[in-house]
Amino acid sequence: MAEDKKDLTPEQKEILDKLVKRTNVLVYAALFIVVVAMFNIMAPDAADRLFGGGDEVVAEATDANAAPEIPDDLIEDGIHVATGLIVDDGFQQVKASCLACHSSKLITQNRADRDGWKKMIRWMQEYQNLWDLGPNEDVILDYLAKNYAPEDKGRRANLTNVEWYVLEE
Amino acid sequence: MAKKKRIGIHELYARDPYQADLELFGRESDPNSRRGFLKKAGLTAMAMALGGKIVHAENMPAGVIPAALDTPQGDFEIEGKHPELVVLNDKPWNVETPAHLLDDEVTPADRLFIRNNGLVPEKIDVAAWTLTIDGESVPEPVTLSLDDLKTKFKSYTYRLTLECGGNGRKEFNPPAKGNQWTTGAVGCSEWTGVRLKDLLEYAKVKSDAVYVGYYGADVHLSRNPKKVTISRGIPIAKAMEEESLIAWQMNGEDIPLMNGYPLRMIIGGWPASVSGKWLTRLSVRNIVHDGPKMEAPSYRVPKYPVAPGTEVPPEDMKIIESMPVKSLITYPKTGAMVKPGQKFEVRGHAWAGDMEVKEMHISTDFGATWQKASLNPAPNRLAWQRWRAQVKLNESGYYEIWARATDSNGKAQPMVVPGWNPKGYLNNATHRIAVKVSS
Repeated sequence: MAEDKKDLTPEQKEILDKLVKRTNVLVYAALFIVVVAMFNIMAPDAADRLFGGGDEVVAEATDANAAPEIPDDLIEDGIHVATGLIVDDGFQQVKASCLACHSSKLITQNRADRDGWKKMIRWMQEYQNLWDLGPNEDVILDYLAKNYAPEDKGRRANLTNVEWYVLEE
Repeated sequence: MAKKKRIGIHELYARDPYQADLELFGRESDPNSRRGFLKKAGLTAMAMALGGKIVHAENMPAGVIPAALDTPQGDFEIEGKHPELVVLNDKPWNVETPAHLLDDEVTPADRLFIRNNGLVPEKIDVAAWTLTIDGESVPEPVTLSLDDLKTKFKSYTYRLTLECGGNGRKEFNPPAKGNQWTTGAVGCSEWTGVRLKDLLEYAKVKSDAVYVGYYGADVHLSRNPKKVTISRGIPIAKAMEEESLIAWQMNGEDIPLMNGYPLRMIIGGWPASVSGKWLTRLSVRNIVHDGPKMEAPSYRVPKYPVAPGTEVPPEDMKIIESMPVKSLITYPKTGAMVKPGQKFEVRGHAWAGDMEVKEMHISTDFGATWQKASLNPAPNRLAWQRWRAQVKLNESGYYEIWARATDSNGKAQPMVVPGWNPKGYLNNATHRIAVKVSS
């Protein structure tokens, strides 16, 4: 890896390091360098903007509200930390199809059975420009129905996640 | 090298989404359909940044920031908002306020919930901002600048309760899709603006007017400029009420960006989705307004009670108008530990849509007995009312304090989750906090 980075400017290395953290380190890093080179050849101006070559402008996928980035390969207790999604069969398809347009929180805060998730997909296709998911629809629905299924909450749940503290007199 | 100016991905996309596609990812899409990728290089670059294959990439709309790059990760703060607010969704922003942060009589700007349907407008030019009043029921369109609004009309200030129609959705069973609000999509701030009725009269509203619909400057999630994010409204009778405002100030200052700066509707007591934000246009209609999210099932409930999970046909759904009676315990924060016999105050706010709150009770024994709380009158119509009670628990153990308001029509909050409805609106079940007593 270090060998591969030799020919890049410090700025390119910095951006590369950030992106690599978010992707599968071994597979994508090499590919990325190819694209950087491609950018430099095919669209030098765009490459400057993105990777900070000779220009004074650097594009960043962050804004005032964004937080420090979480590495994409970080998985804790079966949860993909960057998105909060459960890692299971279909996770990659959900990540690539659903998160192309909306936040993962739209998935993690909702619960539905297979039919309910299917209705949400149909609604997004009708009103939100979601494309035809083809054979991946079943994979995605299986993932959602298994991992984000409704729980029977009854008519009123117990109070949970209470943080206890002393109320002074 | 000189200091670099950093330009965010949003700024590039805001300038020209198709150009941003090209610059950042080398992406060119089909010029007719504005979908897909003409060259493999663009697809590869974008897929790599996303860390996965883009399925059916030929259908992916152009000019859209991939959400995986657009989504803030981890803990972060929203400018101007309290760090303890809870983010339910970040695209669009939907953020609620824990009950104990709503203890102020007048909800401060940093504690008012955010319920966005689309993306916050990226460029707001206050000097050029205008409000147009048009529609079938005005003789001709009228356009006013912010300055016109402030100088040509008398301005009024009211405290008005805004509550999202879906506040409490999280408790419905089976679950309803949408933002899973718990109790925090409510607030009562002090709003300054002109009366909507004065504007309607200025525009010479005709006698056949039925509804006033709004349009705002927020951007559709798809970033398609032709798509309207949300355009709801209110019947003419509600529009003509004295407290129905077109406001430019909240608590004596500019309205926070996330809450509709520089101009918005404030319609107290009704689902907050009728109070259009980033307001640019009012359409005075001779029919019930038919903008996006007026249609079933949005902001509608069944016309008759239904069993949980029932599929309700669209024609059997009615538009939500006044919100139901409800209250919050804002002090103490849930989780209080006290000594046996320790006296402490329990307090909060109560509100009742178009109605007033008539009585307030609390229970410390799971609803078996109720103790009357003191209740202040509202400072003005449609503002929430302060209530207080003194509590003393003598025996050690686990307690819950429940709060129950009763409105001027005699309707009280239910102790369990009220009637199920497909979209999970109008949960006004009693608020509960946990308290432990030990010596």
